Amino acid sequence: MNPPTDLDTLATPELDEAALNPTPNPVAGIDQTKGDFSYPVAQYAFDAGTGLTEDTVRYISSVKKEAPWILDFRLKALKTFWDKPMPTHWATKDLEAIDFSKIRYYLSQGQKPKRTWEEVPDDIKKTFERLGIPEQERKFLAGVEAQFDSEAAYSNIKDVVAKQGVIFVNSTEGLREHPEIFRQWFGKVIPTGDNKFSALNSAVFSGGSFIYVPKGVKVAQPLQAYFRINAENFGQFERTLIICDEGAEVVYMEGCTAPKFSTSTLHSAVVELVALKGAKIQYITVQNWANNVFNLVTKRGLAHEEAEIKWIDCNIGSRLTMKYPGVILKGRKARGEVISIALANDGQHQDTGAKMIHAADETTSNIVAKSISVGQGRSTYRGVVHIPKHLKGCKNNTECDALLINSNSRTDTYPAITVRGDRNYVQHEASVSKVNEEMIFYMQQRGLTEGQAMSLAVNGFINDLARQFPMEYSVELKRLIDLEMEGSVG
Amino acid sequence: MSQLVIQDLHVAIGEKAIVKGLSLTINQGEVHAIMGPNGTGKSTLAKVIAGHPDYTVTGGDVLLDGKSLLAMEADERARAGVFLAFQYPSEIPGVSIANFLRAAVQARMAEGEELDATGYYKRLYSKMDLLKIDRKFTARAVNDGFSGGEKKRCEILQMAMLEPTFALMDETDSGLDIDALRIVAEGVNAQRGPNLGVLMITHYQRLLDYIIPDFVHVMYDGRLVKSGDKSLALELEAKGYDWVKKEFALANS
Repeated sequence: MNPPTDLDTLATPELDEAALNPTPNPVAGIDQTKGDFSYPVAQYAFDAGTGLTEDTVRYISSVKKEAPWILDFRLKALKTFWDKPMPTHWATKDLEAIDFSKIRYYLSQGQKPKRTWEEVPDDIKKTFERLGIPEQERKFLAGVEAQFDSEAAYSNIKDVVAKQGVIFVNSTEGLREHPEIFRQWFGKVIPTGDNKFSALNSAVFSGGSFIYVPKGVKVAQPLQAYFRINAENFGQFERTLIICDEGAEVVYMEGCTAPKFSTSTLHSAVVELVALKGAKIQYITVQNWANNVFNLVTKRGLAHEEAEIKWIDCNIGSRLTMKYPGVILKGRKARGEVISIALANDGQHQDTGAKMIHAADETTSNIVAKSISVGQGRSTYRGVVHIPKHLKGCKNNTECDALLINSNSRTDTYPAITVRGDRNYVQHEASVSKVNEEMIFYMQQRGLTEGQAMSLAVNGFINDLARQFPMEYSVELKRLIDLEMEGSVG
Repeated sequence: MSQLVIQDLHVAIGEKAIVKGLSLTINQGEVHAIMGPNGTGKSTLAKVIAGHPDYTVTGGDVLLDGKSLLAMEADERARAGVFLAFQYPSEIPGVSIANFLRAAVQARMAEGEELDATGYYKRLYSKMDLLKIDRKFTARAVNDGFSGGEKKRCEILQMAMLEPTFALMDETDSGLDIDALRIVAEGVNAQRGPNLGVLMITHYQRLLDYIIPDFVHVMYDGRLVKSGDKSLALELEAKGYDWVKKEFALANS
């Protein structure tokens, strides 16, 4: 198996916005200069242009040399996307600020990034420094370099797991080279019409990971998207599908804690997990988006008999994140878990939560969600737990804790728990606490600055969850919180 | 030798004057006790020296080795050597005592200087042995779910680790039974010496049976109205605070 050389893995350009349009749109948020027609697109070998039409979709599909069934899938999805209204009857009106006609849906190959290191904003550079991101990765993350040279590390990990029969490829390669494995589950856990953004992703997806772990194989080291850092990780419309065959186990980690300085402002990924009988999948996400990004992601797993799916999800940054990782507990004794941390700073809205759909006897689910709202930041927990009447021996535990830092911040909890029948067990706890002045004074009296005191309080709040993260992630998470808190005190 | 000088200090909370012209000099190595009835401004005095944001200094000054503390933030004062043992210590859920103290020790180091973890734990454990504190204690979150006695022991341990020049002890005896009081007092006595100045605030004389002060002051209505040695505390115990109130009324009439 070769390292990804497919079109998918090649550069997505980071456009020089200032050159495009010297007077930025006064409406905060979505970057409407992106994909301006005045931009000299001729230099790009593959460019789907702005706006979304059937031609855009056909173009993407042809560039990827896809089989006809995939094009059909995309075109149907496009229609579904157009037919579906924005979910603003329950979700924030902020979604209406997205102008789909101004977005560039696909760019690939031959595109040289135009931004120089000097043009990268100082605060971004400072963050990289504080996080201890290696020089080479900094340039990549800032969009200065199109591709981070991690081929060696990546092909190494690929070779190791390939010996066990594990397939670890990108979405294009997965669908093209291994349809017999992936086609069966592709779009099945999250149907195209699940929501407007899963439909959008289904129409224009590119990038993401497709993984198959054969029967009984336990992958020793976590598979990381981080190792295959490439421009597609900026991918606005990543598509991931992980299939863990009977008794197999895998841990997958995506994202990194460094802020992604991206000029694309709409990110809408779809992640599907399938754990067959007795399989275990753990999916870990740590994301720190730039605060102009709409991060609208659909993530769901299907757990068969005695299988276990665990989502560990950490959301920092973005203008609006809407993400509710879910598990459908389809087989007897299946287990589902969502551990989530959300941090909303000024001007940010973290609308996150979990979905647990119990569909078999003796299934158990656990949700622990912690949110931190700083300044004007807003956190929302939205959860669904569904246990129908005919089941017995099902258990759910839900805990939502919110921490408020200063009186302007807002937090809401919408736990929708439907448990029918009298043979099931459910438990729900929610708390809201504040970092109060006395606590900060106490810590300051021991010599900590106000910022240090704040971050210690926040790190304490999430400590029990952060411990479940892999070491390097929890260390970076702590540093990141230090940075966020530093900026939040006068 | 360091010196903490309180000069004609006036303190208000909102519009209400609480400390009304208080002067006191504490030398390093001395233990001063301030006694007085409730509501005379004893705790306010301790908090204002430490830099609590709720209080406004309306007059006078507090000097540490000639340098005013008043313009400094609470954390700067702490790093300059002022420690406040709180009457009601805050709980910090999820942060272990060991990590909290480590952050506090690190905060006292120069920028770029890294704490030596091995040395830190060695020192922490030796202080815990000195104070007869179980090793498991520092794995617990700071004051989270602690009994009154545990909270005060946690304060004393922090004081031992941070080695202040001046310790302000605010009603350290409150909420303690006699055994806990003895343990805490032993902890303070163990740290007593030429490098530590103590300002001990208490309502009851009983603490002074265990920590023998060099000087005793009586505070009433925002001022120190009487000063003496430890015998003053005994006199106060015998005659009660009404004695002070009467004398004060007499002096003001």
